[in-house]
Amino acid sequence: MSKQRVVTCSINGHEESFLCRPRQTLLEVLRDVLDLTGTKEGCSNGNCGACTILLDGRPVDSCLVLAVECEGAEIETIEGVAAHGQLAPVQQAFLEGAALQCGICTPGFIMSTKALLRENPHPSEEQIRFYLAGNLCRCTGYDKIVRAVQATAEQAAAEN
Amino acid sequence: MAIAEQAPAKQAATNGSYKVIGTRPVRPDGADKVTGRAKYGADVRLTGLLAGFILRSPHAHARIKSIDTSAAEAFPGVQAVTTHSDMPPAGDRVAQLGEGAVIMSHLSANVLADKKVLYKGHAVAAVAADNIHIAQEAAQLIKVDYEPLPPVLDVREAMLDDAPVLIDDLRTEEFGETIGDKPTNIATRFLFEQGDPEAAFQDAAVVVEREFKTATVHQGYIEPHTATAVWHEDGKLTVYTSTQGSFSVRQQVAELLGLPMTNIKVVPMEIGGGFGGKISVYLQPVAALLSRKAGQPVSITMDRMDVLEATGPTPASYIRVKLAADKEGKLLAGDAYLAYEAGAFPGSPIAPGCMCIFSCYDFPNARVEGYDVCVNKPRTNAYRAPGATQACFAVEAVLDELCEQLGICSTEFRLKNAAKEGTRRVDGVVYPLVGMVDTVEAIKNSEHYNSEIGTSMWATPQADAGNGDSPSPVSHFLSPNNPRGRGIATGFWFNAGLKSSAAVTVNGDGKVTLIEGSTDIGGSRASLAMQLAETLGISVDDVNPMVADTDGVGYTDVTGGSRVTFATGLAVHEAGLKIRDQLCDRAASIWECDATDVTYQDGAVHGPGGKQMSFAELAAQINQTGDPVTACTSITAPAATNAFGTHCVDVEVDPDTGKVTILRYTVAQDAGTAIHPSYVEGQMQGGAVQGIGWALNEEYVYGEDGVMQNNGFLDYRMPTTFDLPMIETIIVEVPNPDHPYGVRGVGEVPICPPPAAINAALHDAVGIRMTELPMSPPRVLKAILENRTK
Repeated sequence: MSKQRVVTCSINGHEESFLCRPRQTLLEVLRDVLDLTGTKEGCSNGNCGACTILLDGRPVDSCLVLAVECEGAEIETIEGVAAHGQLAPVQQAFLEGAALQCGICTPGFIMSTKALLRENPHPSEEQIRFYLAGNLCRCTGYDKIVRAVQATAEQAAAEN
Repeated sequence: MAIAEQAPAKQAATNGSYKVIGTRPVRPDGADKVTGRAKYGADVRLTGLLAGFILRSPHAHARIKSIDTSAAEAFPGVQAVTTHSDMPPAGDRVAQLGEGAVIMSHLSANVLADKKVLYKGHAVAAVAADNIHIAQEAAQLIKVDYEPLPPVLDVREAMLDDAPVLIDDLRTEEFGETIGDKPTNIATRFLFEQGDPEAAFQDAAVVVEREFKTATVHQGYIEPHTATAVWHEDGKLTVYTSTQGSFSVRQQVAELLGLPMTNIKVVPMEIGGGFGGKISVYLQPVAALLSRKAGQPVSITMDRMDVLEATGPTPASYIRVKLAADKEGKLLAGDAYLAYEAGAFPGSPIAPGCMCIFSCYDFPNARVEGYDVCVNKPRTNAYRAPGATQACFAVEAVLDELCEQLGICSTEFRLKNAAKEGTRRVDGVVYPLVGMVDTVEAIKNSEHYNSEIGTSMWATPQADAGNGDSPSPVSHFLSPNNPRGRGIATGFWFNAGLKSSAAVTVNGDGKVTLIEGSTDIGGSRASLAMQLAETLGISVDDVNPMVADTDGVGYTDVTGGSRVTFATGLAVHEAGLKIRDQLCDRAASIWECDATDVTYQDGAVHGPGGKQMSFAELAAQINQTGDPVTACTSITAPAATNAFGTHCVDVEVDPDTGKVTILRYTVAQDAGTAIHPSYVEGQMQGGAVQGIGWALNEEYVYGEDGVMQNNGFLDYRMPTTFDLPMIETIIVEVPNPDHPYGVRGVGEVPICPPPAAINAALHDAVGIRMTELPMSPPRVLKAILENRTK
């Protein structure tokens, strides 16, 4: 087994250094090295979106990223979404809109939604559905998820 | 109760009767689930935790001649290796597991293969090592000598006399009696009859008979199976796992490993979906065996390929249905033959399939014959209304064609022949008050049914949302020239009753703690807390619910069969009533009056002379005035909360590719009483979408060698956000007479009608009648082309 490397990056705004082997994915390091278990594993081959995190602002499946690639990167995970003990509007919208049932896909959906609304603060329903198509949910039929994303966007628009 | 997006056909009977029930509070476990704090099965972290990996069979059918684990055991970093030889003999015990009975020797050989492997992916050996990569490498060093055997992969082929036989000592049973003496793949034969169907078919004006095939499909929960076991030095065992039934896991592990049940504690972690597939054990006993050998905790998590290849999908089936009606459109008779693939071991949901196939209508004469058949695929398990969706697809398709031949609208036909209070089902059950007619009427009166076909987002694309250059991605597959159609179908599920326990403690701050044993798969903490709050007349925010482990609460059956809000709700209600009685007694002792002079109403005790104390005021005095106030209840719920749903769908068909797009979808369902309407809608929407996936795309594709060719989410294609419109819902409320608040199970019915409704819509759009699931683009295109050349 090859030698461990030190990787230094920013995770949720804090500088972190960790040891990892070249074969370890970012998902494995987040969950098993850094104990950030909020990022979920659903398929380990990039087809379900449960492990979505933001890497330098872009939503990626962390199961498809090698941890050694993350030197100097800015990583955002579900653990960083609620700031100072306050739920973010997108989290509040998911709760109030009953946009989760089992909840295993929820962290991934919330991270994808954050990226979507940064890119496009006023998405149409169709644009929401197109953007979130990489995140699978098997419980809700997506209806309430799409509505929660719409509610988040509408609330942001109302506040601006 | 204004909970439908359109006005329900029948005014909700519970309209305004309740304070908490029917409201939409934020669920108590919600905050932890949107912040990543909630601990699911794979999130367990323990000191000295080892990673386990399972070596699986590359063959669909083979004899195991020998297994040599010595090289794996010697591999640096490996702490334990196990095979079937470490499991005690299972004997011939049969265990009841909530949604079905299991022969323990079969379960044991499924957990780790014994003398044969019966499907590709069958577990053969397991390794525990310092990390997962070492475990995976070491597992490849295990030498298994296989003698490959021919596999049988189709239910009808498996029933032939010369088919390869999976289990040498299997003999066909009928109603508990062995009826064959030769080795066979046919485990069970069912037969239900009422009236004289033969005579009725002869006299009928119209008779339609068709045959159908459906493919193997998977529940597709996003969280893979996972288990962590700690074999303690005193011989006790703790299992952390995501399961639909912690007591069921305890029982299965106890029987498989020969341990006293009481020595095992099962801790139910948050569960990332199950839909029936997380009742049977796979990893739990293996993690336990590895932990015993290694002397350290062991965690095993499947990858997606393992989940698809080696857990419990729902059976592929062959179904034949014959229906007869008179010329006024009265159903005269039905005859059905169902053969379901059990997979490697007996136990397909053929019994509920047979019960459900004619359950929506009043059949004076009927005959249903069913077979449970072993094939070289993973052992099937429950999937949301197990066995009913296949049956619904078949019977509703024949019904739609019967209506066409009679020249009668299928909606009117349904209303005319609907099952009602007093209708006798083919398996003998006579219905109490049921809402079949009400769901059909709800659709008939809906805005959707009375609108032009296809008025959804897809049909009226928002070409530009005001943000510039975003062309419609949908326009690639929709066209104004494409044919469109509408279809209706009705489905049924009977719901389980079973056993539940709950415990309630009144706290000095005027709130209560609710402990229950039903693992929360989609909001049941909320629906149970709401029923307790309603019973006690307090705010739902004043109820703190928790799901306890097997040492922390009385016996509770699985979260399945749409039973939790209904049956555990009964337990919670009863506990609430006990608390009310104790509070009345306490108030009487404080007021120094007779307890019979104290009543409990609207969250307060009322005594003689207009004396009154709120729940919170009395709770604050509990520990100063006597014993703590707590209540435990355990109940066995009646097993019939019959629920019906009717769906309406508009589709567009691309005649060049066979692709079907759902334009609009509405679900009407009898929920009895909707405790938390958002989560009732969520069940209706989620179930409908699983049914849509089953209808249009999902299937296990096998090669002749029995190897699944689409064992990942890329090719096992479940619906995404982009495949769907919003799913409209109409909650019909015909209260269940067997529940104090009228609850019916809602989780399972909504998966049944979608394939049938979409099939009817395809006929409306392009004149084809599909007889095979999924109705994927190649099959639809083939049917369109064949229809053109007719």
